[in-house]
Amino acid sequence: MPIILDKVSHIYGEDTTMPVRALDNVSLVLPDGQFIGLIGHTGSGKSTLVQHLNGLMKATSGAIYFNGEDIDSDGFDRKMLRARVGLVFQYPEHQLFETDVFSDVCFGPKNLGLSKKEIDLRAYEALKLVGLEDDYFYQSPFDLSGGQKRRVAIAGVLAMKPDVLILDEPTAGLDPRGRDEILDQIARLKQETGITVVLVSHSMDDVAKYVDRIIVMNKGRVLYDDEPKEVFKRYRELEAVGLAAPQVTYIMKALREKGYDVSDEATTIGEAREEIKNYFARLVAARKERQGAEDA
Amino acid sequence: MLRDITLGQYYQAESVIHRLDPRVKLGTTVLFIISLFAFDGFWGYGVAALFLGIVIKLSKVPFKFMVKGMKSIVFLLSVTVIFNLFLTPGEPLVQIWKLSITREGVRLAVLLSIRLGFLIIGSSVMTLTTTPNQLTDGLERMLRPLNKMRVPVHEIAMMMSIALRFIPILMEETDKIMKAQLARCADFESGNLVRRAKSLVPLLVPLFISAFRRANDLAMAMEARCYRGGDHRTRMKPLHYEKRDYIAYLIVIGYLVAGVAAGKLIPVLLGGVVL
Repeated sequence: MPIILDKVSHIYGEDTTMPVRALDNVSLVLPDGQFIGLIGHTGSGKSTLVQHLNGLMKATSGAIYFNGEDIDSDGFDRKMLRARVGLVFQYPEHQLFETDVFSDVCFGPKNLGLSKKEIDLRAYEALKLVGLEDDYFYQSPFDLSGGQKRRVAIAGVLAMKPDVLILDEPTAGLDPRGRDEILDQIARLKQETGITVVLVSHSMDDVAKYVDRIIVMNKGRVLYDDEPKEVFKRYRELEAVGLAAPQVTYIMKALREKGYDVSDEATTIGEAREEIKNYFARLVAARKERQGAEDA
Repeated sequence: MLRDITLGQYYQAESVIHRLDPRVKLGTTVLFIISLFAFDGFWGYGVAALFLGIVIKLSKVPFKFMVKGMKSIVFLLSVTVIFNLFLTPGEPLVQIWKLSITREGVRLAVLLSIRLGFLIIGSSVMTLTTTPNQLTDGLERMLRPLNKMRVPVHEIAMMMSIALRFIPILMEETDKIMKAQLARCADFESGNLVRRAKSLVPLLVPLFISAFRRANDLAMAMEARCYRGGDHRTRMKPLHYEKRDYIAYLIVIGYLVAGVAAGKLIPVLLGGVVL
């Protein structure tokens, strides 16, 4: 179910003295099965953009098509859209309200009017997908830790079985371990279900490891839309808009500037390690060759 | 959707009225309201209109903001006007079936609309030119004598300013939670009354939790800064009367005298014509 945005603009407070242009002519295609990172500085319009994708916000101008249908046309089933395009907000644990974890996850599918059996099944599957142990299912969500609450909230959206999952800063306020756990869980989920995932973040380090496409937003416009490698090559431009390439990219660049012949395209620690190992292997090979030549 | 509602409707501008001490503005508003009910006859209201007009002009707040406040009382106003028109006994002017509009009725209805209208506009001028914080500061200072009667004036003022400060925060929070539940296909709009009331549970529970959390955080932050409130607390911006404040008081007294005098004297001068 691809989503297509055609010149979407959104203006806050249009009829006031201080209108704010949060989105400015954004045109994008989000095809099936991609893992997309949506990056931007605070106030760049990324949160506004994702709220357009499931029809929570209405574009001031431009159109959005879901599966070929204009989501703003009369008779378009917006409830269906919200189930198909699952949106997990920032700090989603603040939306929990039920007395136990399981019922809270049931809220979404219940609203879809499914049978009791189907609702329970989906809630169970969703909680399994986010890796929450059975022991917690009937506890109050308010007794869980921050990371666990967040997983419950994500499960609440997953239980609707969306085709597209959008996560708005899913790691905000978590410690490094909680952050890695959530992100790994999302990556695994992506692999298991094959759904489209849009990961909204302001941290390049968070997304570089996982996504296969990065959209950089700045002042309501799409600045770059490319593979991570290509985007991180423009690290100077990224810095100019308050973002940065992953830290490991800077290390590789520094090595290169010192005269080590390594590629500076690595964006994850794994890639960097391989690159450095290769470099040493080349060094050793070159030395052996030289020695061989001297011996001869 | 919710962020369109404006409460504590301060209008930012640089004017004499904005710079006045909040106590002057509070006192003047109270006196102005009393004067509206004390004046007799239309001449006094002429003076009141002139006074109000000059203040509005000086405040540099566009007139349409004043009228906004009027919208809320249009219904109340029209009901009272209709009742007064038809139910005041006196010399009949127009007879419709069993109801009659009397001369006294017309007079009362017009007076009443003027009084209520001026009252709303007058108090809007105050709230539009004074920030909520200044207002509570001023109120606290003016009510300080009540401290002797063991009324916790400072605490009341503090609660007021915190409550005012929390309104926009909670509005934003409501908006957020509502969207989060909408994203889970919640339905706030259809169904009968019971269903709709029930559909508010997923909105209200998180909202209350977040309100308590914020209140707790704030209490903690105040405690951490050794907040004790009350007597020996100094202020960052102490209220000081300046020359312009004294002048303002003089003008208000002048206005009251002029209003009363106009009500009593002009009809006499015009040879006893009572309007």
